[in-house]
Amino acid sequence: MTEQRKKIALWLLFGGPVAVFSVWAIADNAPLYFKTLLNGLTLASLYFLVASGFTLVFGLMRNVNLAHGSLYLLGAYVGWVVGENTGSWLLAVAAGFLSAAALGLLLQLFIFRFMEGQDLRQTLVTIGLSIVLADLMLWAFGGEIYTFDAPALIYGSTVLPVVEKFPTYRLFVLLAAIAIGVGLWTFLARTRVGMMIRAGVDDRGMLAASGVNVQLVFAVTFAIGAGLAGLAGVVGGTALSISPGEDTRYLLASLVVVIVGGMGSVVGASIGALLIGLAEQFGLAYAPTYSVVFTFVIMVVALAFRPRGIMGKAG
Amino acid sequence: MSASQWRRAMNSAATAAAPTIATRPATAPRAATPVGHADAMPTSLARLVARIRPRHVIVLLAAVAYPFLASPFFTYQIGAQSLALGLIALSLTFLGGYGGMVSLAQMTVAGVAGYGIAIFGTSSFPAISLGWPWWLAVCISLTAATVFAAVVGWLSVRTEGIYTIMITLAVGVAFFYLAQQNYTVFNGFGGFSKIAAPELFGIDFREPVPFYFVALGCALAGYFLVRHLVRAPFGIALQGIRDNPRRMASLGYHVNAHRIAAYAVSGLLAAVGGVLMVWYNGRISPGTVNLAQMIGILIIAVLGGMKHPIGAFIGAIVYVLLQNFAIDLFIRERFNLVIGGVFLAIVLFSPDGLLGLWAKLRSRLVQGPISPQKRRQP
Repeated sequence: MTEQRKKIALWLLFGGPVAVFSVWAIADNAPLYFKTLLNGLTLASLYFLVASGFTLVFGLMRNVNLAHGSLYLLGAYVGWVVGENTGSWLLAVAAGFLSAAALGLLLQLFIFRFMEGQDLRQTLVTIGLSIVLADLMLWAFGGEIYTFDAPALIYGSTVLPVVEKFPTYRLFVLLAAIAIGVGLWTFLARTRVGMMIRAGVDDRGMLAASGVNVQLVFAVTFAIGAGLAGLAGVVGGTALSISPGEDTRYLLASLVVVIVGGMGSVVGASIGALLIGLAEQFGLAYAPTYSVVFTFVIMVVALAFRPRGIMGKAG
Repeated sequence: MSASQWRRAMNSAATAAAPTIATRPATAPRAATPVGHADAMPTSLARLVARIRPRHVIVLLAAVAYPFLASPFFTYQIGAQSLALGLIALSLTFLGGYGGMVSLAQMTVAGVAGYGIAIFGTSSFPAISLGWPWWLAVCISLTAATVFAAVVGWLSVRTEGIYTIMITLAVGVAFFYLAQQNYTVFNGFGGFSKIAAPELFGIDFREPVPFYFVALGCALAGYFLVRHLVRAPFGIALQGIRDNPRRMASLGYHVNAHRIAAYAVSGLLAAVGGVLMVWYNGRISPGTVNLAQMIGILIIAVLGGMKHPIGAFIGAIVYVLLQNFAIDLFIRERFNLVIGGVFLAIVLFSPDGLLGLWAKLRSRLVQGPISPQKRRQP
């Protein structure tokens, strides 16, 4: 009973100000509010795509892959080259996924496999990798800003009730993220490999003892996680643009999202992505010079009340 | 997540250090205050003198003689910069090597101190800079940075192990974006310039040699502070917490309080380094606290080796030398590739850094009873 009352109090404490703000903002300028809301949802979708891979890899392998942002950027660049040469955006997306997944697989097979259980060393290696990769990509692609051309079908803008005009592509990103999220959840919840991954998140030792080839599961997870980052690179690169430094941005986003949402949980990643994406866009719209502070405050509050994140498990 | 794995990965110096220090916690007061040896001064002084080895004297003499032998470029760009960076890296060595908490936000703490100097002192931007006297600005900056570090510590000790690195990274990058976005306090992208070291007693501390000695003094003070702390009850308790927080908690130690105190101490070290960096550069901008710089500090600490405070300075010298000369030896502007590659090689093949490499080499060259004795103290 007290637990429930505490929960209600918490909802009031955090939901109250948000509700008050929403009422004020809608009354003040409804189109701006809803446009910001949609933009926030789009950004949240991108963050979810990047962070879900990050959290999956972390949950299973306890590997904080700080090169995750680099995988994002790599997928984007490779996708851009393929898209430029073939003229097909879908091929670009596929190339982004595959290239990042391949690199992730190689990393797992040739480096991380040999330092299992050495969390800090793995993290340091990923830091080194992210520096080297970032510089190699800067070398190969220079400092220019690259943009993708989305297919004609999802190009242009759609007329929506309150917001009037909104880029179709951003709606597409939102839908795609939902689809991928549902797909990922189904994969984890319903398939055999997904079951192995979940079992591995809970207890690696037991999984290995029950005869599963853990190395294979690790490799598959790492490839999927990295591939999602690469895919997000192309999708996000089309929504915004790609340039050096984007890797850091999405690495930070992934970090904050999984810290808030709880590490190792895909559902947590979606909640975290929603909170961070919305906070960032509303911050940019209503308090431009302090928008990062909102992100940070959310992280601090989450840590203060739930040190392991909203959906994080203890232990 | 298992603390034992973390510990093994982090460092095994504890096992080497354990026998010599095992007797001390018993006599140490429970709430471990680092000062409180006043009555034991003569014996500890004698012990201190007995511990001085020829190599200590050689290093000190070399450091003092260096600016008179080297050109102003080497004194300022290489010497002073290494000392300032080394001091910031030392804060990470203390925190990571002895506290088991690898924080990426040390450069951010230094940056807070640096911005403090710019905001409270004088700079090219009088609209924001308050123009207070330099000593006041330094005091406020150091205090602010120490408090900031303690808050970061308070946040990150709520979780442990590998989470620390993520949280401190997030804090650091968030501060970078804040400094870049905010024009009312941090002056956004441009930051502040024309921040000069003060003039005192007719000596201009902007000149290479005086500045070098200021940096050397700060570095030595920081080094000996760390050396003292890790032998003081506080440091012993901290190392105990690094090795087994649960056991320390059940012995009655307040684990989190020790950890936060460690963050504060390391914050002070980093803040001093940050003030030196700002005086060295004469300017501060978001680029000073960006991800590359944050990771640079980690690279320095890991490169040198986190088992001994001197590693931070060795790492800093190598880093600064690479920064200045690697681009001439290899391809221009590929410094990040070189330093990233060196860092990767060190992490992959010698986790204890250059000190570990040296120890390995030594034990291979001088086999027998000397090598275990050498590793007596961290």
